[in-house]
Amino acid sequence: MSLPLLVTLILLLSSLTYWLGCRRAFMLARQSLSGKLHSRPYYYGVLAGLWCGLPSLAVVVVWHLAAEPLLIRMAMDGVAAAKGISSPDQANLLVNDLRNLVAGTMMAHKVDPLIQAAADQYLGMRRISDLALATVALSTALAGACLLLKRIRPTLRARNQVERVIKVVLTLCSTLAVFITIGIVLSVLLESIRFFQQVSPTDFLFGFKWSPQMAIRADQTGSSGSFGAIPVLVGTFLISGIAMVIAVPLGLMSAIYLSEYAGARFRAAVKPLLEILAGVPTVVYGFFAALVVAPAIKDLGAMVGLPVASESALAAGLVMGIMIIPFVSSLSDDVINAVPQSLRDGSYGLGATKSETIKLVILPAALPGIVGSILLAVSRAIGETMIVVMAAGMAANLTFNPFKAATTVTVQIVTLLVGDQEFDSPKTLAAFALGLLLFIVTLALNVIALYVVRKYREEYE
Amino acid sequence: MTMILDVALGMAEVAAVKRSGADMAVVAEVRKVDRDQRQTVGLPFVEAPRMICREVNVYYGDKHAIKNVSIDVGKNEVLAMIGPSGCGKSTFLRCLNRMNDTVAGCRVTGDILLDDLNIYDRKVDVVPLRARVGMVFQKPNPFPKSIFDNVAYGPKIHGLAASRAELQDIVESSLQKAGLWDEVSDRLDQPGTGLSGGQQQRLCIARAIAVRPEVILMDEPCSALDPIATATVEDLITELKAQYTIVIVTHNMQQAARVSQRTAYFHLGDLVEVGSTDRIFTNPRHQLTEDYITGRFG
Repeated sequence: MSLPLLVTLILLLSSLTYWLGCRRAFMLARQSLSGKLHSRPYYYGVLAGLWCGLPSLAVVVVWHLAAEPLLIRMAMDGVAAAKGISSPDQANLLVNDLRNLVAGTMMAHKVDPLIQAAADQYLGMRRISDLALATVALSTALAGACLLLKRIRPTLRARNQVERVIKVVLTLCSTLAVFITIGIVLSVLLESIRFFQQVSPTDFLFGFKWSPQMAIRADQTGSSGSFGAIPVLVGTFLISGIAMVIAVPLGLMSAIYLSEYAGARFRAAVKPLLEILAGVPTVVYGFFAALVVAPAIKDLGAMVGLPVASESALAAGLVMGIMIIPFVSSLSDDVINAVPQSLRDGSYGLGATKSETIKLVILPAALPGIVGSILLAVSRAIGETMIVVMAAGMAANLTFNPFKAATTVTVQIVTLLVGDQEFDSPKTLAAFALGLLLFIVTLALNVIALYVVRKYREEYE
Repeated sequence: MTMILDVALGMAEVAAVKRSGADMAVVAEVRKVDRDQRQTVGLPFVEAPRMICREVNVYYGDKHAIKNVSIDVGKNEVLAMIGPSGCGKSTFLRCLNRMNDTVAGCRVTGDILLDDLNIYDRKVDVVPLRARVGMVFQKPNPFPKSIFDNVAYGPKIHGLAASRAELQDIVESSLQKAGLWDEVSDRLDQPGTGLSGGQQQRLCIARAIAVRPEVILMDEPCSALDPIATATVEDLITELKAQYTIVIVTHNMQQAARVSQRTAYFHLGDLVEVGSTDRIFTNPRHQLTEDYITGRFG
């Protein structure tokens, strides 16, 4: 019996059990003379369904995890002995052959008869195993269902048991994200450690030259690559800085206008329009930056006699700033709106003007939320890739001049991982080191911002 | 041709004028009847008033919330405004420093004078007006700042203190007048929101008197407080009377009886009766007033 069919059967069975459990509980509730049911009737149904479905699904999962390697080992035992293979690497190769053969991705005429025999044996055993699994799983389901349906009586504390299961499910859901984050960090960290075994961390952190070229053959002349991350970091901060210089004042002021001055109709119309800016794909921003903004800046520079490169950090930063305006404006607007009207009244009641009220009462009260929105915008800016690739170029210049080409950490990661890769070369591994660096930098920014917010927070009820 | 048209138009005009004239007569009559019924009983006017209100009407959109109210507020008196919920007493209170300006769709007609200044005159700016007529709200609303900054807020924006030392003096004397100094003098840098409800309300009163207003409006200042904090605030009101004119809205008739010299009873937007507090509570003249203070409704 195939796996999907088996799982469907189990689910059907547990739905049936749920229905039976509910019916029995309702019956009990109606005829019960000795006091009421402990829980609502449908809890008994849910509990019965859980008893039917959970153990048998667990059996299916465990069986599948355990049976596959066991079956392969049993099938390969004879082959390895016959071929006289001792090293695990070679054994693994044979196992792969077997897997391919079973999956039907291997040409039949090239097959070693020994392997063919092993595959046949494996398939035969798997058929038996599947059948056994189906029997065991379905009988577990039936047994669970019967056990609980028989136990349904007014004193059974069904709600407490169901809620315990639900609590476990909720806990699993909430910790899933944490585990995934840990997994991501670990994968980046492990690759970075391999990189730092070949390139010293001080060279990486404090080197002024970024040129990740490696000689492919030993006799090849040319560079051995230099992995100084400073120019890339400087580029990132330069472009993000330009973006923030655009986005924070514009966003904050539009938030203040929208929440404090604009009429309800205007606000209802403009706010969604502003939010559209965040919905435009970054590629579109990218070519807008490359085809419209960068040439315009270049022409403007030529007019006043400034040498501006056709791909400039300024163009990328400007467009990126426009992109993240809605992050600042929309969130800040919500936060400012959440400041209670009583605080405004209190300020007006003391004879404060509107601007004094906004500057001295509302903005300080909304500060944590505003900083939060700015943080979100910063992390968006630092992580942005497409606009920079298209508008600011890829040259890792160590420059603070916004009129020159610049590059960012994310862009370098992309260029390092595009095309052919060799995972034992520092060139490819450098991407992971850059990723780790970026992660640490954004984490540090977050921590600092949280500290600042906590220090200057003005809490209202 | 054109002549005929002219004549026709002229006749139509005359008819229109006649019609509107008739309507106006009807309207005037209705108003007269209304006034007769809505005559305020008692003594709404005093000898030396601080504020004079004449024929004040307030509309929220189409809703006529305050109907033709005329009353004086005497110097250094506590005037209590009582009445059932929705009777317009808070709305009327908020007219006295034009806080209703912040409410969308609110329209005020009539005259309200603070000394000789018509506060609804187009030339009057609300900002200095509100500095002269301070306000304490129903729910304590300290700013999310330190206790010191809460009290210093008003003096700072109005430039009442030339130096830091002067500002400190103002803060200290305001807190002392509000009876809060002894409780908070050692923690002026702590947030005002960390105080208890009663302390917060006294902080708001301190904040209001730091601006040196002439009139203080209080909108149910004790409704969110426990009995002990209420007693403290009531004592404070009695003390403040010496220097300020106070108008207090309250749901609590005993409170009105305890703190005020004059009481005004509002009912559905009408000012029904005004008189000395003793007289209102012992010998109400209007049936509605009597029904309310004897607890027949409210």
